[in-house]
Amino acid sequence: MMTADKPGLYIHIPFCRSKCPYCDFYSFTADEATKEEYTASIIKNIIIWQAETGAEFSTVYFGGGTPSQLGSENLSKIIKAINKQPDCEVTVECNPFDLSESWSADDMLRLADSGANRISMGMQSAIENERKALGRKAGREQVEKAVKLIKQSGIDNFSLDLMLGIPYQTVDTIKESIAFCTESGAKHVSSYLLKIEQGTPFEKVEKLLDLPDEDGCCEMYLAACEELEKQGYKQYEISNFAVPGFESRHNLIYWDCREYLGIGAAAHSFFGGKRFYYPSDVQQFISGVKPVDDGEGGSFEEYVMLRLRLTEGLTNSGCMKRFGHDIPKEMLEKASINEKHGLLKADESGIRLNPKGFLVSNAIIADLLS
Amino acid sequence: MSNKKENIRNFSIIAHIDHGKSTLADRLLELTDSVAKRDMTAQLLDNMDLERERGITIKAHAVKLNYKADDGQEYVLNLIDTPGHVDFNYEVSRSLAACDGAILIIDASQGVEAQTLANTYLALDHDLELVPVINKIDLPAADPDRVAAEVEDIIGLDCSEAPRVSAKTGENIEQVLERIVRDIPAPTADENLPLRALIFDSIYDSYRGVIVYVRVMDGKIKAGDTMRMMATGAQFTVVEVGYMRATSLEPTDELTAGEVGYITASIKTVGDARVGDTVTTAENPAAEPLPGYRKVNPMVFCGIYPADGADYESLRDALEKLQLNDAALSYEPETSGALGFGFRCGFLGLLHLEIIQERLEREYNLDLVTTVPSVIYKIHLSDGSIVEIDNPTNYPDPAYITACEEPMTNAHIYAPSDYVGAVMDLCQDRRGVFKDMSYITNGRVDIHYELPLNEIIYDFFDTLKSRTRGYASFDYEISDYQPSKLVKLDVLLNGDIIDALSFIIHSDKAYGRARKIAEKLKDNIPRQMFEIPIQIAIGGKVIARETVKAMRKDVLAKCYGGDITRKKKLLEKQKEGKKRMRQFGTVEVPQEAFMAVLKLDDDS
Repeated sequence: MMTADKPGLYIHIPFCRSKCPYCDFYSFTADEATKEEYTASIIKNIIIWQAETGAEFSTVYFGGGTPSQLGSENLSKIIKAINKQPDCEVTVECNPFDLSESWSADDMLRLADSGANRISMGMQSAIENERKALGRKAGREQVEKAVKLIKQSGIDNFSLDLMLGIPYQTVDTIKESIAFCTESGAKHVSSYLLKIEQGTPFEKVEKLLDLPDEDGCCEMYLAACEELEKQGYKQYEISNFAVPGFESRHNLIYWDCREYLGIGAAAHSFFGGKRFYYPSDVQQFISGVKPVDDGEGGSFEEYVMLRLRLTEGLTNSGCMKRFGHDIPKEMLEKASINEKHGLLKADESGIRLNPKGFLVSNAIIADLLS
Repeated sequence: MSNKKENIRNFSIIAHIDHGKSTLADRLLELTDSVAKRDMTAQLLDNMDLERERGITIKAHAVKLNYKADDGQEYVLNLIDTPGHVDFNYEVSRSLAACDGAILIIDASQGVEAQTLANTYLALDHDLELVPVINKIDLPAADPDRVAAEVEDIIGLDCSEAPRVSAKTGENIEQVLERIVRDIPAPTADENLPLRALIFDSIYDSYRGVIVYVRVMDGKIKAGDTMRMMATGAQFTVVEVGYMRATSLEPTDELTAGEVGYITASIKTVGDARVGDTVTTAENPAAEPLPGYRKVNPMVFCGIYPADGADYESLRDALEKLQLNDAALSYEPETSGALGFGFRCGFLGLLHLEIIQERLEREYNLDLVTTVPSVIYKIHLSDGSIVEIDNPTNYPDPAYITACEEPMTNAHIYAPSDYVGAVMDLCQDRRGVFKDMSYITNGRVDIHYELPLNEIIYDFFDTLKSRTRGYASFDYEISDYQPSKLVKLDVLLNGDIIDALSFIIHSDKAYGRARKIAEKLKDNIPRQMFEIPIQIAIGGKVIARETVKAMRKDVLAKCYGGDITRKKKLLEKQKEGKKRMRQFGTVEVPQEAFMAVLKLDDDS
């Protein structure tokens, strides 16, 4: 089942200056030649897809990796090749160290001129020793410098990432980081719990990291939700908060189970009713590899699983519009048991998890869907 | 082929577990050319996977061998293999009733063990001629002279001519065959009397129906006769009779007195051909059925429930099929608030229980939940009546109970004298009453205790083995009922009684066990969305308490780049996990939690 909304476009830039010790996304350091070739290949793919499907995109999102590693010229070339609807949201994830040390004001202007209107920056923490523990190179000053560069280019819609449950962190330092976001004028904050992923350096030294325990992490998450609301950032998804009107339209496409095309090595798509992805290999992508089929997308189960990540939740009206039926009765009954434990609200309009519920959302979703 | 009675030998092999019974049986098959070499798999008669894996014989098996003896004559040797474990005395007993003699195998290094003796007594009860065979002479630790002396000493069996063999290498096996021919008597039988044939086993064949294995005591039977089961009165027209060969059935015209063979008669319902019944003919019925069988009653009871309620019918069918050749298994439907529809099953002991459970799971592909085993208690009520309780759910209100009795056993433990202390500690711990102790040989003792049955059904044998490094052997028989202080323990999860976890226990042990159960449950119930109090109570009084803390964090915080495949996989895994859980009121309990409570042992 499809909605009339135009799809989003995700572009994966798998390049990083260096690998962060907690990260398990596909990325590596590349030379200039590879970056050029990769850019050319991205543009070629976009043009082919647009020609074949006539697609016009409502949002564009450069994720990574570190898109700023590609350089402003390459990024601008790509943005210009995209068939965008008039008010298209174009987000570029940037690394504060790149912006403060390698980018000039002209670079940022070039990016803004080509159509980029939203920047998401991986700050992770405003506290020095917390940033160091995460292997982040930029200091607080460099983050400030990067913010200045963004604002000077005329882009006032920018987002900062905060990580929760990291070494040395306390509820108080979280509040400090949030205060930094407010002061810098960020319109959006992504605040997510650190998860130790398999195969990362953090996994190997987990015991030595002095990480907060489960209860400590939960406390931090709940405190962050509360403080962010207090500072005017309204929660709209498990890990996302925004000044009203500045929610990430692109990410909302994911949570609303709408379609998006993903271009680039390791990029995932839900497009034309199908899910598919490109292999995690830059050289293969450059040489024109076809995406791998990942089955049908957009089932009711997927919809429920994704919608419940949003504070707006699973609504009867949404279900009716997409699937022609209300939320199934058994699902509401199961939800009402969880309501008794204070994890969500379930009523005639739908099911909405609260922050305590978000903390155990995997279990709730599995419960409602089984 | 000679069919003369004088040339038939019906015999069994008895031994303590692991003394080499099945291996010897295989050698006999080989030596009599009953099996082509290429068909020879190790332990041919143990044809259940479970038997081969566990190295024990569970079911009796029968096979007809032809042997040309040194005297130049052809003999028919009917071997009826038997299980060796204490739980299966009944199987041994019913096989022995079909025999005229038995080979008693003794391990040349281990000597006389508890079941060597127990099985010897069973054989003597049936007036069988015993042929001692000393096995495993190839082992470095073998000491056949000492073992022979031990057998003469303890059992009083002349071992001067006992074959000393190695079933493993095949050494001296022909001596065993010669001794069978020489020492085991030919059947005394009269084929002119009305037919009386003892059913000692049966199998189900989907084409031919029930195939009954019989020993013909008197008379004869052939295709076309009308057979009648003397206990049930059911009648059938005989389709075929024949002999059991090692790898197939061999039809013949007629089975006559003294012979061992099979009968098919399109018997559809397994209940019509009960093992232990006597077959006669409607044309010329016998007046009295054969005595032969010791009736066995189940001693240990537990509830067996399908993990998936939809499998209830399959479970019933499976139990019905298993009961066909396992008369000691009993079952009747029961309902549990916690587990839904299932069966209350009766077993000879815990091994029997485990084996039935494993067979149900493997051979019938069922996923089961088993409740804590119980024995039969006699409860005296204030109105003067006595009720027998094998299910804790039916335990009366303590206010109306005036006295309780529990079944006791006479237990003999054979162990090297170094372990006397360890064995006695264990028995004391299990509320045992010391009776006496005697030296079997210089270094080995027979420790005799009176032990409550409910103390040995859980894990007594396993604990005994571990405390004596496997050197102890164990045998018991039910003696009588004795007064006891019993209480019923209830398990409450989130305030609801989980009936399937209730059990009856001696009051002195209630507190310790309650604490352990609470701990085990805490360790085995995963955190859920809310805090779960675990309480163990006697009546309304809580005597142990633990808490499963509420789950705090289970979230995929970052779900970027539109890669939802990962999240979908996680969801599938979680849903799969939930399928293995049982819903009790508001609490989900994994099957492992049941098993953990079931396997609760004193050492952990």
